[in-house]
Amino acid sequence: MMGRVLLTLALLALAGPAWAEMPATCRVAEPQIAHDFPLPRVMHALAAKRLDILVVGAGSSSLPGPTGAKNAFPARLQNALTEQLPGVDVSLTLNVKSGRTAEQMVKTLAPALQAAKPALMIWQTGTVDAMQSIDTDQFKAALDHGIAIAHSAGADVVLINAQYSPRTESMIALGTYAEIMRWVALQQEVPLFDRFSIMKLWADLGTFDLYSATKKLDIAESVHDCIGRLLAELVIEAAKPDEPHAEGGR
Amino acid sequence: MAPVSTERDLRLDLFRGIALWLIFLDHIPSNAVSWITIRNYGFSDATEIFVFISGYTAAFVYGRAMREHGFIVASARVLKRAWQIYVAHVFLFAIYLAEIAYVAHSFDNPLYTEEMGVLDFLKNPDVTIFQALILKFKPVNMDVLPLYIVLLLWFPPMLWLLQRTPSFALAGSALLYALTWWFDWSIPAYPAGTWVFNPFAWQLLFVFGAWCALGGAQRLARWTNSRVVIWLAAAYILFAFAIAMTWYFPRLAVFVPHALADAIYPIDKTNLDVLRIVHFLSLAVITVWFVPRDWPVLKSPAFWPAVVCGQHSLETFCLGVFLAFAAHFLFTEISNSLLTQIIVSLAGIAIMVGAAALISWYRQVERGPGPRPPSIEPGYAGRDA
Repeated sequence: MMGRVLLTLALLALAGPAWAEMPATCRVAEPQIAHDFPLPRVMHALAAKRLDILVVGAGSSSLPGPTGAKNAFPARLQNALTEQLPGVDVSLTLNVKSGRTAEQMVKTLAPALQAAKPALMIWQTGTVDAMQSIDTDQFKAALDHGIAIAHSAGADVVLINAQYSPRTESMIALGTYAEIMRWVALQQEVPLFDRFSIMKLWADLGTFDLYSATKKLDIAESVHDCIGRLLAELVIEAAKPDEPHAEGGR
Repeated sequence: MAPVSTERDLRLDLFRGIALWLIFLDHIPSNAVSWITIRNYGFSDATEIFVFISGYTAAFVYGRAMREHGFIVASARVLKRAWQIYVAHVFLFAIYLAEIAYVAHSFDNPLYTEEMGVLDFLKNPDVTIFQALILKFKPVNMDVLPLYIVLLLWFPPMLWLLQRTPSFALAGSALLYALTWWFDWSIPAYPAGTWVFNPFAWQLLFVFGAWCALGGAQRLARWTNSRVVIWLAAAYILFAFAIAMTWYFPRLAVFVPHALADAIYPIDKTNLDVLRIVHFLSLAVITVWFVPRDWPVLKSPAFWPAVVCGQHSLETFCLGVFLAFAAHFLFTEISNSLLTQIIVSLAGIAIMVGAAALISWYRQVERGPGPRPPSIEPGYAGRDA
């Protein structure tokens, strides 16, 4: 852990001015963003100046309350993309409902993709599977299946794994399922937004206090804002036409 | 039946004690100190060590009982031991429930609305507690004891067979392992999924430990002392180490050829992947080579803390699970700084050693004055198996 923290700080010193608009709190996690795999369909969509995104997720893709939809990471992602891609029409469709396992989400994919016709499907999953201790082979099969459905519907896929949740760590084996998603992403050659590692880094560095017991939304909103911005960065980098992607990292 | 040495092999206690410490460190969530444990540097982890040595000592203690008192008496003692472990498991479950109920009562954060759903089972405790009593509900980190219970329930006939035709018994165990992989046999869990440690697969390591205790180790000595085998083991450990490094430094992963990655992943812990077995065996070969049985240092005070924990493994294991809960509680309620993590980890191990020493002392007091018998007394409490 210490090694990773030091590495992060070292890379931070090198992080360029390209990050000017990104708050420093978010930027800390920048080295965790790996865009090893390209997003060719997004690349085409950007060339045509129109990007349709479908976000598929469970409870941790949303925030409670009347301002929740505006401040949760899907809307923050759309915001950041609109800012950074002038002239591109970025539209967002949500397929978010709490309490769903990967397999339950897969069942809704075909109609959702049919309706939205997105160039990019962002798929957040793994939390509910961990809570219900879904068989890991079954979880992996659901991921493979979902990615195949999205690809055949003409959409690129970015996976997002579970949140790091220190309070419930002794009750939910989130790490195991986050790890499986890393491997599936690698095998299927789709980018993974490693939310688990990023939030763990924030907790280790004290960027956000993820332990605090509160009803207030401020920390939750900042976390979602950072996730939206970092996710936008990942999408833009992975969809760059000229950059060689094989090296990964920054 | 080959005569088996009657003096207890202190190496077993030493390494089981160390394995218990490592399991404790690994069970504390987000513990920086767990970076020293072996699971980070190869395929296998402390669970393999624990299961193998438990099989070895079970055969050592109950094998003697079976020779001296017959099948019925030895089986009765094995079953009594299984019952003790069941009671210990239920005790730990009660602590787990208390922790969950506390978190449900005290923690609230809009960021974790979804994750807090894990506490929903408190709404129907009747089902959850019943499922826990029949070992189907599986709280995180409490999977070793149910495995141990099933392994012991199955052990009397296996031990009987091991004493008559050891090779046949071991082959049968390997066949069960192979069939489990072939047909995907497993034990269902509640509310979904399967047991974290599949007993049909993990029995192989337990039986192999028992087989070694009943003379197998001597038969293998020709192989385990061979230079070729030692070099192969060392090479495999290095290979596993190199692969493990790519887990922490993803940029190294590009050096793992696709075909190799496809062949080795996923490394299945639930069904005791062959890669894990070979890694454990390699570690064992190297260890036996470096640490001879009659090494006098084994009796030195420096090793005593680990040895005494290994000699009272059930109590130490249960205490370790409880202490891991307590450590996580301290991290969330007080501080999770690196210094706290180191202090809490060391204090936990010290408490485990202190408790094991206390149990030793109790046993001595209960046994009455006089020198300790040279060989282990197969006490009817089924100690040390």
